[in-house]
Amino acid sequence: MKKIWAIFRKDMLIEFRTKDSLNSMLFFGVVVLVIFNFALGSLHDSLRSAAPGILWVAFAFSGTLGLNRVFAAEKENSCLQGLLMVPVDRGVIYLGKMLAATVFMLIAELVIFIFSLVFFNLTVWPEIPYLILVFAVGTLGFSAVGTLLSAVTVNTKMREVLLPLILFPVILPVLINAAEATNIILNSADYGQLKLPLTIMSVFTLVFGTISYLLFEYVLED
Amino acid sequence: MTRAPAAVPRLFMNMIEVRGLAKHFGRFSALRGLNLTVGAGEFVALFGRNGAGKTTFLRILAGLSRPSSGSFRIQPHGSGPARSAIGYLSHNTSLYLDLTALENLRFYAQLMGLPADTGILELKIGQVGLAGRERDPVRNYSRGMQQRLAIARAFLHNPSILLLDEPFTGLDQAGSSFLRGYLHSAHAQGKTCIMAIHDAQLGYELADRLVAIEKGVAALDVARPDVSFSEFQEALSHISAGGDTGRLPEAS
Amino acid sequence: MSTRLQSRLDTALEIALFLSMAFALYMALIGAPRERTMGDLQRIFYFHVPSAINGLTAFAVNFAASLMYLIRKNRWWDNLALSAAEVGVLFLGIVLVTGPIWAKPVWFIWWTWSPRLTSSLILCLLYMAYLLIRNYIEDPERKALVSSVFGIIAFVDAPLVWFSIRWWRDIHPSPMLETGGLSPSMRPAFWVCVAAFQILLIYLLRRRFYLESMRTEVERLERQSDVLR
Repeated sequence: MKKIWAIFRKDMLIEFRTKDSLNSMLFFGVVVLVIFNFALGSLHDSLRSAAPGILWVAFAFSGTLGLNRVFAAEKENSCLQGLLMVPVDRGVIYLGKMLAATVFMLIAELVIFIFSLVFFNLTVWPEIPYLILVFAVGTLGFSAVGTLLSAVTVNTKMREVLLPLILFPVILPVLINAAEATNIILNSADYGQLKLPLTIMSVFTLVFGTISYLLFEYVLED
Repeated sequence: MTRAPAAVPRLFMNMIEVRGLAKHFGRFSALRGLNLTVGAGEFVALFGRNGAGKTTFLRILAGLSRPSSGSFRIQPHGSGPARSAIGYLSHNTSLYLDLTALENLRFYAQLMGLPADTGILELKIGQVGLAGRERDPVRNYSRGMQQRLAIARAFLHNPSILLLDEPFTGLDQAGSSFLRGYLHSAHAQGKTCIMAIHDAQLGYELADRLVAIEKGVAALDVARPDVSFSEFQEALSHISAGGDTGRLPEAS
Repeated sequence: MSTRLQSRLDTALEIALFLSMAFALYMALIGAPRERTMGDLQRIFYFHVPSAINGLTAFAVNFAASLMYLIRKNRWWDNLALSAAEVGVLFLGIVLVTGPIWAKPVWFIWWTWSPRLTSSLILCLLYMAYLLIRNYIEDPERKALVSSVFGIIAFVDAPLVWFSIRWWRDIHPSPMLETGGLSPSMRPAFWVCVAAFQILLIYLLRRRFYLESMRTEVERLERQSDVLR
């Protein structure tokens, strides 16, 4: 619908002008990669096998930063209030925000991924389409429920701390499946095994996307 | 104590009817059974101390907050949901600082399903006296300019009901006189307005009806022609003092 | 229900609880036969599993209550949801403590990352998140609304967590075998314990709910007294 596109476009416009979110997401993600390199120093030779886990931890942390911003940006000047005054279905706001969040996260993930290729000396040419598929499905799941929870925490005290605390237990299925799927792609090339994790992640996205769409009005408030 | 409105000829249908509206936040009651009827085209000035319930009341009417009990009915003249007949302006501008005036209005126009071409929007921006500044990011605007753009945004869809929450706060002379003019002409166009305001004189000047909220109910409800300004001022301070429990009238 | 009937019910519940727990303790610690390989340590099982069942039951109650609150907007349901979440965290806590106590002497490690244990941990985290959210929202109406939404999310998430961990375990199998099976001679003791624990669950739920209802009532009275001031 046009209104979803309007919300999406507005968020993209603001972001590309200020690059507030993207910068902090990228920076944080890369820092996480660096830290892991030192933390797992003893595994230096087998970093390719540890890479999936490290990658998705970096994605999760930087993604949480991005999700925080999704609604924090609306708090300035009570923009959320203006949005609520418009006769638009609350679920539409959810979809627009979710799409914007997904795109932000995907952009950050792609850049972080490129850094990881460099840092961990990986070569991945044939695996790239599969990796992109896993990244996309995983990120969609992440933002499907993350957008809702971001709206939940945006009006609370300590919102930046609260969001990761309540988000991580919920998106654990996505993280487990995504990391394992990435591992399968990078380290075993047995692509048939990908069916199960991709299915679980898709189910996750569909289920939580629907629930969030339906329940969004209860959560949104200025 | 509620004084019944004097013989004001009710020429129009009641536009807004509020009955026993109550809202509480935990143990704190913001509204305790507010009753009010507003006719179409009436301009109501809402007075009251900080925390008396004005903002809560306006937010409920605007649909931003759900009442705990009681009811209210809004009869818009056009078709469509009630929300499209209401324009709400608070002291937050709801403007995106990183977008230009044009982009802000275009966004809201698209969401409201209004025509969003540049020409129309530029006209609207010009109407609030910001012609020539359409392509500046709102971040660069002064407070007065932002307020003007906020007016353009809040009333972009030409609503028949205007709800304003202390819109004159923080405005300089120019902005203030602009808003006065705007409200005068809105009133002349027959729009229904409910405006929360602190400045008794300004409210008295603009309004048809004067209502004061104290302790969550309408403690005063008179038609402007029926009272002189000094009588009204006295009544206001009487209410504030009467409800005073050792706190200063202006304390929040 | 009238208060007199309520207090009669409570008394009956207390008696039932006392008796069933006494019986359960006897059966678990003395009555049930000694397990061949693990010895008396295995008796922890009679508390470990019923606690897990209780935890799951409590969270099902939380889900139903959250759903009902969204439909009816009656604080009664929210109080029930809160009580269920707290009691559920309690029982899952017991699971998470008895698990390692059992595992260490048997498999020489504290934590096994088994699907059941890990899922219990995640479930516990989910409902602690539920309680955390409630802690940071002041307005009772909004608190109830938001936590109901999260309660629904948490409950829907649980099976997805379970399946994900199961699948992960299949890929990274552990050398330990989880003994879930019970010999027939142990079954009576087991079911007695399950029943006793369920009565305990109901009892705790009622007490906690009662406390929360009183809080809501105090809030309402404070609000009314404010009007008179």
